[in-house]
Amino acid sequence: MEYMLLLFSDETGFEKLNPSQVGEALAAYRAYTEALQKAGVLRNSNRLRPVNSATTVRLTSGKTEVLNGPFAETREQLGGYYLIDVPDLDSALSWAARCPGASHGVVEVRPIWPMGSY
Amino acid sequence: MSVSDASEAARAAEAAARRSYGRLVAFLAARTHDVAGAEDALSEAFAAALADWPLHGVPRTPEAWLLTVARRKRVDAVRRQRQGEEAAAQLQWLADLVADPDEAQALPDPRLGLLFACAHPGIDRGLRAPLMLQVVLGFDAATIASAFLVAPVTMGQRLSRAKAKIRQAGIGFEVPQRDALRERLDAVLEAIYAAYAEGWSDPQGADARRRNLADEAIWLGRLLASLLPDEGEALGLLALMLHAHARRDARRDADGAYVPLSEQDPVRWDAPMIDEAEALLSRANRCGGSGRYQLEAAVQSAHAVRRLSGRADWVAIEQLYDALCALTGSPVAALNRAVALAETRGPAAGLEVLDALADDTRLADYQPYWAARAELLARHGDVASAQDAFHRAVGLERDPAVRRFLQQRAAALRGLTSP
Repeated sequence: MEYMLLLFSDETGFEKLNPSQVGEALAAYRAYTEALQKAGVLRNSNRLRPVNSATTVRLTSGKTEVLNGPFAETREQLGGYYLIDVPDLDSALSWAARCPGASHGVVEVRPIWPMGSY
Repeated sequence: MSVSDASEAARAAEAAARRSYGRLVAFLAARTHDVAGAEDALSEAFAAALADWPLHGVPRTPEAWLLTVARRKRVDAVRRQRQGEEAAAQLQWLADLVADPDEAQALPDPRLGLLFACAHPGIDRGLRAPLMLQVVLGFDAATIASAFLVAPVTMGQRLSRAKAKIRQAGIGFEVPQRDALRERLDAVLEAIYAAYAEGWSDPQGADARRRNLADEAIWLGRLLASLLPDEGEALGLLALMLHAHARRDARRDADGAYVPLSEQDPVRWDAPMIDEAEALLSRANRCGGSGRYQLEAAVQSAHAVRRLSGRADWVAIEQLYDALCALTGSPVAALNRAVALAETRGPAAGLEVLDALADDTRLADYQPYWAARAELLARHGDVASAQDAFHRAVGLERDPAVRRFLQQRAAALRGLTSP
């Protein structure tokens, strides 16, 4: 089954780190990503640029509205994701617990809902 | 009611819950096997206690008070849910249920039977420890779910199904007879140790609820050792847990950084707890046999001699892991044997064993395998392979302090290779 691990964290936390801490944090993510690959469960993953780079679009009463910034102003923002394919939720949770994002933010685990299924 | 009355009542209720929860569940469910029904009645009794005790004072025997109220709640529930002969039989049984605490104390402790019911072969192996924590100690499903890394709703469903199984299959609360005891006891020990291991894996103790879990597992271990004082493995398990627990605080330095066992200062180990573990281990050895937990406790004891001699007894550790490998066939025991071999015969000997284990799929995503491999490769002078293994270990680690430690070990190796 496929699960999306959504990584939420406070972006300002990362900005407070010194260069060697940033290097260590990025290396931890690289190591985690490789561990997922070696286990043969990683489908896809990416990180996202900070929320100040976000633009939102919506159509209301026939008019398109374009706004600067993210959809929701919250302290913890979506910063990246891992799409993994594992046997069950227990297994997805054990991978989520190993994600560096779980110790400096929150990892939300959501099952993929394939198109065409109800 | 004053605030202090209320908090005193809450404390008394909490103490009674800790001391008596499993005993009361066992009493209430012994005949009907209805653990869930017993728990419902008990939670109503605890709620009643929190309302009543601040007004009228904490009763002289809180356990008897709770049992009387819970029994009344069970009678009400049985009247609502069941009809006919079945109801009549259950009501009669409930009416006969001992409510005198002195009489109740004199009976064999029913929690022992409850532990065996939770670890019954009919219950899924992975669910036995969670079930014990809930039924014997009264932990809620959400706390247990966090400890075992399972979704709370899933854990709740699994626990409910397990209790339904106990009721429907009529799993008894009896302590098995001599022949079956050894085999059934293994499952009880395994579940208690699983609960301890989950509590231990939070070395920062940051999660108060989880730190509690290791303490509670030791409490169960003490209960079991006191109820079966001549079972070497029950004593061995308690000795093992106490040895490990004695080093709990030494796993972090003043800055919160991870300290591996080999670098821990023995002064920071809990000496009285080690002494207690050693005494238990001697008693266990006098009981005869050398089961898994006695052997593992002996390994811990061979580590603990470092506080006296300055060095762990690696020769003994290697022999003990030889015995554990032969006994259990566990890949984790084989991994630990390789680490011991590296101490007694050098890193190449340890690496040879690790290479032979490399194809074991059970170790592929097991962090300690990669961390051990990295250390031995580094000591052997194979810096590039050591780096790769450290990298793999970092990616599999849950604890940020251990992750940082592994990263720093790898970085120190880079320092060796750069000009």
